[in-house]
Amino acid sequence: MKTIEEIKAAIEAAVPGAKVEIVPNPSPSTQHSLRLAPGHAPAVARFLRDDADLALDYLSNVTGVDWLDKQIAERVKVVRQVNKTVDGVEQTVEETVEETRPRVDPGYLEAVYHLYSVAKKYGPVALRMRTVNRTDQVELPSLTPIWRSAEFQEREIFDLYGIVFTGHPDLRRLLMWDGFKDHPMRRDYREPDDFEYEPTPHDDVLKRAQARQTAVVSQPGTSQQGSVAGA
Amino acid sequence: MSILQNDSTTVAEKPEGWNRPALIKPSGDGELLEVAMGPHHPSTHGVFRMDVALDGERVIRLRPVFGYLHRNHEKIAEGISYLASMPYTDRLDYICPITNNWAYALAVEKLIGQEVPERAEYLRVILGELTRFQNHASSLGFLIQEMGASGTPLMYAFREREKILDLFEELTGARMMVNYMRFGGCRVDASPAWLEHTRKVVAGLGGFVDEFERLLATNEILMARTQGVGILKSELAVNAGVTGPMLRASGVNYDVRKVDGYGIYNRFNFRVPLGDHGDVYDRFMIRLLEMRESIKIIEEALKDIPGGPIMDPKAKIRGFRPKPGEAYGRIEAPKGELGFYLISDGGPNPYRYRVRPPSLINLTVLEDMCLGHDIADVVLIFGSVDIVLGEVDR
Repeated sequence: MKTIEEIKAAIEAAVPGAKVEIVPNPSPSTQHSLRLAPGHAPAVARFLRDDADLALDYLSNVTGVDWLDKQIAERVKVVRQVNKTVDGVEQTVEETVEETRPRVDPGYLEAVYHLYSVAKKYGPVALRMRTVNRTDQVELPSLTPIWRSAEFQEREIFDLYGIVFTGHPDLRRLLMWDGFKDHPMRRDYREPDDFEYEPTPHDDVLKRAQARQTAVVSQPGTSQQGSVAGA
Repeated sequence: MSILQNDSTTVAEKPEGWNRPALIKPSGDGELLEVAMGPHHPSTHGVFRMDVALDGERVIRLRPVFGYLHRNHEKIAEGISYLASMPYTDRLDYICPITNNWAYALAVEKLIGQEVPERAEYLRVILGELTRFQNHASSLGFLIQEMGASGTPLMYAFREREKILDLFEELTGARMMVNYMRFGGCRVDASPAWLEHTRKVVAGLGGFVDEFERLLATNEILMARTQGVGILKSELAVNAGVTGPMLRASGVNYDVRKVDGYGIYNRFNFRVPLGDHGDVYDRFMIRLLEMRESIKIIEEALKDIPGGPIMDPKAKIRGFRPKPGEAYGRIEAPKGELGFYLISDGGPNPYRYRVRPPSLINLTVLEDMCLGHDIADVVLIFGSVDIVLGEVDR
């Protein structure tokens, strides 16, 4: 059983350029975790699995976490020019004033991996990766090629959180249906009034239905029957 | 979309080290057929669907489809207090509500640093092992049922299961939705009469296992149908995160009760049965042997159970706010490693509540085990995984 500091040192010695940061866990569980830079994550993961000392061959749990933008009110010391009357003469004096300024900590999505070692019987070692933001840069490298157990769990995160795992061989929605648009586990998700409401086709809905109809007719290969015969 | 079209595992796209099964080439004589087994197939243990591509009777592709029972348990739990999720965990794997309670209680106890009194630990072990027994009994009953032995073995198994559910009802007030554990102990104490009743029931369980084994373990048809079917190699099992009896049937010595020794499991003297071949027959036998070990544990626990409180008197069960932080707690549930991952932001509700469902993750290798077998064997292999859809879809 190695401490988290030893694992960090081992990673940095073995994978050149890998940035690893220890995320302390203040709760009584004291399960600290390692934050990886997404670029090096597959190399680090491969090292953790294959290294004879660490032998973290079993990926137990993969999960996503959504961290929203945070409004933080900061107290900042500011130097200001103030007009003051000193000794009966009006002067411009520099004065240090404390000010409250709102700052927005940008949110991000996080993937957490809990590793154990079946060979050495220890764990958990938690790995974390962050996306750049919550909207358009949500790619993370998939660890499914290294631990197969991530296959369904990463699909679930893609489904419910919207993290796109690059290198995942079969990244589809897992629990929600294919036509579903949003990511329900996000903190700011609001469910529609009625999931199954389908109005009588008119306007937009009618256009969409017609477009789908023409697409199917013009490409007969996309129907199920055609594919089976062709395969 | 057709699963034959949706083949993303062509050689060109294969990432380095990718560990998917080599897919089987169709023989070319005759048409391929795609069958959607489920979600209303009698062998699917609920609403589960497998899209199977068949070449004759041989399976050449299989894709599980999930989500028919999805109600976003995790999202619901993030909106309510820690305690309020406890009864809802009963509904995950509704065959084994006690172990779900236990895993959740363990994770929260790790998060808040809560100790559990001795007597409560013993009660947890007794009820947890009774749960394991009745889960294995009914899953074997279902497995035999799917093999075509209609009725008798399943009814034998359910007869024992009913006795254990009666014990649950006597203690907790409910047969299945027990809502029994609390953070720092258990909800109600066991009376001497209940312990006596349990002793009586447990004394009869050994006879049931013997009977079941005599009836089935050397049955020629069962052996012909299960031996060499659905083989799972140990390397793939570990890599794919397979846990529980399935992992041990593949010969990997990994039991969370032994490895973590959570609760008071390191006090008990029990063995971890291991398989050699990793086929359906091994999974059948491992469950049978684990039932015997469970009986040993329960008997030992019933002998040693001390008096005293069942709740830590200082424990706050409702309205507490854990310090910011996170915890991952796991137990050896009857179906595999059941884990709960909790993040607290200091509020009364969990910021993140995650269930690591063993049933879902054990299905990762379903395709690997089924490829090349007949469609009739798929039903068996799937039955030997032992899943409950309440947990798979959450």
